[in-house]
Amino acid sequence: MTTLPAAAPLRSRSRARSRLWRAILLHAVMVPLALLWLLPLWLMFVFATMPDQGIFSPGINLLPQDRFMENVRALEAETGFLRTFVNSVLVALVYTALSVLLTSMAGWALVRYRFWGKGLVLAIILGTLTLPYFVVVIPQYILVARDLGLTNTWFALIVPPLFNSLGVLFMRQSFSMMPQELFDAARVEGVKEWQIFTRVALPMAKPTLAALSIILFLASWNNYLWPLLVATQSHMMTAPVALGSLIGLTRVSWGAIMAGAVLLTAPMLLVFVFLQRWFMSGITAGAVK
Amino acid sequence: MRRRNITAYGFLAPYLLIFAAFWVWPIIYSFWLSFLFTRRQPWTFNPNTTWGRLVEDPAFWNALKNTLVILVVQVPIMIALATVLAVLLNSTLLRARGLMRFAFFAPVVVGEVAYAAVFRLIFSEDLGFVNKALAAIGLPEVAWFSSPTAAMALIIMAVTWRWAGYNAIIILSGLQSIPDDVYEAATLDRVSPVRQFFFITLPLLKPVILFCVVLSVIGTMQLFAEPFLITNEGGPGSATETLGLFLYLQGFRVLNFGYASAVAYTIAALAVLISLLNMWAGRERA
Repeated sequence: MTTLPAAAPLRSRSRARSRLWRAILLHAVMVPLALLWLLPLWLMFVFATMPDQGIFSPGINLLPQDRFMENVRALEAETGFLRTFVNSVLVALVYTALSVLLTSMAGWALVRYRFWGKGLVLAIILGTLTLPYFVVVIPQYILVARDLGLTNTWFALIVPPLFNSLGVLFMRQSFSMMPQELFDAARVEGVKEWQIFTRVALPMAKPTLAALSIILFLASWNNYLWPLLVATQSHMMTAPVALGSLIGLTRVSWGAIMAGAVLLTAPMLLVFVFLQRWFMSGITAGAVK
Repeated sequence: MRRRNITAYGFLAPYLLIFAAFWVWPIIYSFWLSFLFTRRQPWTFNPNTTWGRLVEDPAFWNALKNTLVILVVQVPIMIALATVLAVLLNSTLLRARGLMRFAFFAPVVVGEVAYAAVFRLIFSEDLGFVNKALAAIGLPEVAWFSSPTAAMALIIMAVTWRWAGYNAIIILSGLQSIPDDVYEAATLDRVSPVRQFFFITLPLLKPVILFCVVLSVIGTMQLFAEPFLITNEGGPGSATETLGLFLYLQGFRVLNFGYASAVAYTIAALAVLISLLNMWAGRERA
């Protein structure tokens, strides 16, 4: 505030110089680190286009070749990968739709109604947020596979993982930020509770629904342990299970496995690039208090 | 009021039904199972074969030790890295910010199997990419899969690659909720950027960082796919066998559900204990 006018240009020049140095230092750290972080993904794409002699040649090869389709064909011949890929798409779509519906209904109930046991329900949801899934996986498996005999069914792949607390908390937050008078007005006009939910509240929650759908789809798409347990026949496997079963087999070429990894990863990378905003808000939803 | 109850539970019913069938029942049943000898039909009550065995099973202690090593080494490295990344990615001086964000955040969408396959391939001991690159810059090759220490380092690097960006996203959102004028005031008072980081940013980020630590602890306690797929079921020997993998092998390879349930409860108890410890430590310093 009290700086003399004559001193000002000098000060700003030195500040500009320190800004420049800081920018150089920043990029000297960030550019190599970013390249290092991109390397595994880049190599995955490159190796998916190579025969194994290329991958394990003595030289370092960083550029793609033209063998991608051959590798995909080898992969298909080994596991029927296409079928498992379609399975993964179907499971993830149905799972996402059902889970979004269940969690938004629950979130709605927690915002709109005062009812007996509300505190308990909320406490349970918050409590399971930090409960390791491994506590339930064994009895869940015994229930589904042994007692109900449902291995290799769509039910087993889709329904048991449906419960998630994140979705409820996310939807609850979204609904609670809407003007409640709107819902009250609809109720006064005689609109049924279910229709207030589907026709008024859900359309207003579209951004949250989009973010939640992306996160749930991604979780289902990449889910490994549960489908590994309940999908034992190749025609019911999801793509990660099929691909995982090839890792470590010497008769399967690494190029084919990398092609599978690319087919699993590329769609999600596109989702990330084009729907980044929804994706980010889905990730950070958990951190919201 | 009664009508409200019915409507509310109408909306909650499908969700609670799934919860009851696939969470509440398993949790209770698992507790009961953890006292049963399940290697032979019919299952009999015999806690000596589960909880009793747990305390003296060297394989369990080995898995616990490995998990704690990963916890103590990997989680702090990753959280520190994620915090620095978030701060640097948030800098107005940074160019090509979209590309930078892509580099660090893209691993978040990569599935366990896909990235495990990549890491297993590029760290191959013979003519693998990493060893070739090490040799090219004059460094010795590393026996990533036959040396216990190197294999552990490999798991730690893989998990850090996969999850640093995820934590950075969460910390970044915390950063963006810090008002700019705090920094403007500090800059006017000629507080250096480094001091601003330690005396303004870090204290304000503490709740978010704590949240990331708790998530990471829970994740590490269940670490399974990485040692299962990258180091070939916890190899060399059982040098990278984690609690998660130990549970999987006991439960679904040996089909010893009773013993595996005891392991599952131990994992849960440890996760809760360490999380509470973290929160307590975080609060003390406030």
